Amino acid sequence: MTALLEVKNLQVRVEDREILHGLSLTVNPGEVHAIMGPNGSGKSTLSHVIAGKPGYEVTGGEILFKGEDLLEMSPDERAAKGVFLAFQYPVEIPGVATMNFLRSALNAQRKARGESEFSTPDFLKKVREVAKSLSIPQDMLKRGVNVGFSGGEKKRNEILQMALFEPSLCILDEMDSGLDIDALRIAADGVNALRSPDRAMVVITHYQRLLNYIVPDFVHVMSRGKVVKSGGKELALELEESGYAQFEDAA
Amino acid sequence: MNVALAKTDTGRALSDAFAAARERLPAAGRVADLRQQALDAYERTGLPHRRIEDWKYTDLRVLIREVLPLAPAPDAAALKRAEAALKAAAIEGTRRLVLVDGAFAPDLSDIDAEKGLSIRPLREALDGGDSALQVQLFALDNANPMVALNSAMLTDGVVIEIADGAVLSQPLHIVHIAAGAAASSIFTRSLLRLGKNAAATLVESYVAADAAMKYQAHDSLVIAIGDNSRLDHVRLVEDAAEAVNISSSVVSLGAHAHFNTFGLTSGAAVSRYQATIAFAGENSRVETNGVNLLKGRQHADTTLLMDHAVPHCASREVFRAVLDDSAHSVFQGRIIVRPDAQKTDAKMMTRALLLSDDAEADNKPELEIFADDVTCGHGATSGALDDSLLFYLRARGLPEKEAQALLIQAFVGEAIESIANDALRDLATSAAERWLRTRS
Repeated sequence: MTALLEVKNLQVRVEDREILHGLSLTVNPGEVHAIMGPNGSGKSTLSHVIAGKPGYEVTGGEILFKGEDLLEMSPDERAAKGVFLAFQYPVEIPGVATMNFLRSALNAQRKARGESEFSTPDFLKKVREVAKSLSIPQDMLKRGVNVGFSGGEKKRNEILQMALFEPSLCILDEMDSGLDIDALRIAADGVNALRSPDRAMVVITHYQRLLNYIVPDFVHVMSRGKVVKSGGKELALELEESGYAQFEDAA
Repeated sequence: MNVALAKTDTGRALSDAFAAARERLPAAGRVADLRQQALDAYERTGLPHRRIEDWKYTDLRVLIREVLPLAPAPDAAALKRAEAALKAAAIEGTRRLVLVDGAFAPDLSDIDAEKGLSIRPLREALDGGDSALQVQLFALDNANPMVALNSAMLTDGVVIEIADGAVLSQPLHIVHIAAGAAASSIFTRSLLRLGKNAAATLVESYVAADAAMKYQAHDSLVIAIGDNSRLDHVRLVEDAAEAVNISSSVVSLGAHAHFNTFGLTSGAAVSRYQATIAFAGENSRVETNGVNLLKGRQHADTTLLMDHAVPHCASREVFRAVLDDSAHSVFQGRIIVRPDAQKTDAKMMTRALLLSDDAEADNKPELEIFADDVTCGHGATSGALDDSLLFYLRARGLPEKEAQALLIQAFVGEAIESIANDALRDLATSAAERWLRTRS
């Protein structure tokens, strides 16, 4: 079986500083991986490089997605192939109506895959269904993308897109940041509803708390640009007890 | 030197062209004298250049070099081409008034009678001997050389008079079509007089028929809005890529009047729109909004004078420029608040979006305030598209050009949203979309 995502010995620089020093990670369909680690360990850098954010220089290693070289693809090609990054800080885009954005994005992905575009009624029906399941009110969809949304609403809007685009790899970057416990529960329920045997998730988080709601199959600890320890979900609890300090010394 | 530069490419001085064209230029009553005065005024300066402060960023001696000879009256073939161009430019549900190469085209226009509305070709109105009208038509200030040139050379246009209390059933649409194959100049002037308690919508489009490529459209518009009246105005400059469009308008508002005007320029190699809007009655309001969408080596200049002469009036100016390649956009906005104009509320905001390192945006706001109890403000910004927004859209599957297009539409949307009429707002949105498609 081809792995969904294979990160092999990845080395990444930002300007003159190396952030990732040979990181490896394999994710198979259906699996949920948690990546934990202290601030500055390179967790977000990994998510950005997988999604194709400009400004990062890959100096070594490779990333294969469904066996294809991901680093050769533009961010929009990656999205059409099934990579989805839920942003830590979703941006506000005044003047671009959420509905228009969702339709343009979905149809652009379908077009890139050689599928037919959604008709307006089919599209509206699909969005309404998904929005309802996430308790997203219709008037939120009429506003500019994320404009005036609370932190929780922004995260729910990310999950709405995830549900709509049906990606095969979801990367959740610090999904819990800025959320109170109720908002966290709604967001986590939305994510759990999307778990499936064909879809993998990489959950990046600083705190163990999120993993009470989204229970991972594997946990990886990152420190100073490398995975320094991998294990099952019990590793997250262990970390909660002992902290990250031991790994900072080891790395 | 000035005289030399006023020469056409065939070597004739403009005054010769004027003499040759004289028989085609309406000249009844005082008109011949008024024209001669305007020509004399123009010839003192010739084409305006950068050493004239008002033309610092739009040096016509460099940009257009010369005034092309007067376009011949359209023949049957030109009218045929114009008719084809009209199909694309026509807007459903509007009353079309068509000018082809500077001549009113009655067969392409809709001049059916409507209560409270009078429409005449300018030529007929001038020949009619109404001296008050003649004076009003030539009241424009010859101190501006391009206004003076237009006064000297104008051949035709439309005179629209809307009676007190009339509310027009459909928008008026003046379609300026260049249809001649030869490089030439078109000179037009139109007048819209709106009585008291009246309402109307005026759309102006500038387009080219197939054969017309290198031409100069010199247009002017005189608008008088009566007390308690409202005029909505939209102008779309979609001239041919090698064309020049120099247009001026002079607007006056009575008391409790409302003028909402929007302009979009995506066509013409070189264009300048100079508008003077004057408040003559209290409690009136003006919204003026504009969008320039430019690429290649296009140059577009909007020069606006807002004259608050009386108290309790409000004005809003919102301008957006989107510039690709080595395009150049100029916005000069001057607000004068005269000593009596207390409680004036005037704001002006202009923003430019630079899509290329070679694009240039010049913003020149000027406030001249002589009253002490007023609210006036202006702001100007220019910058590139936000990379973090672009990445977000691309991470959602939108290819680069599509992601840019969404952000550009949002950027110009704020100016377009000010158009009150739904159909016209859609029209401006589609004009912007047409431009965006030419980029991808």
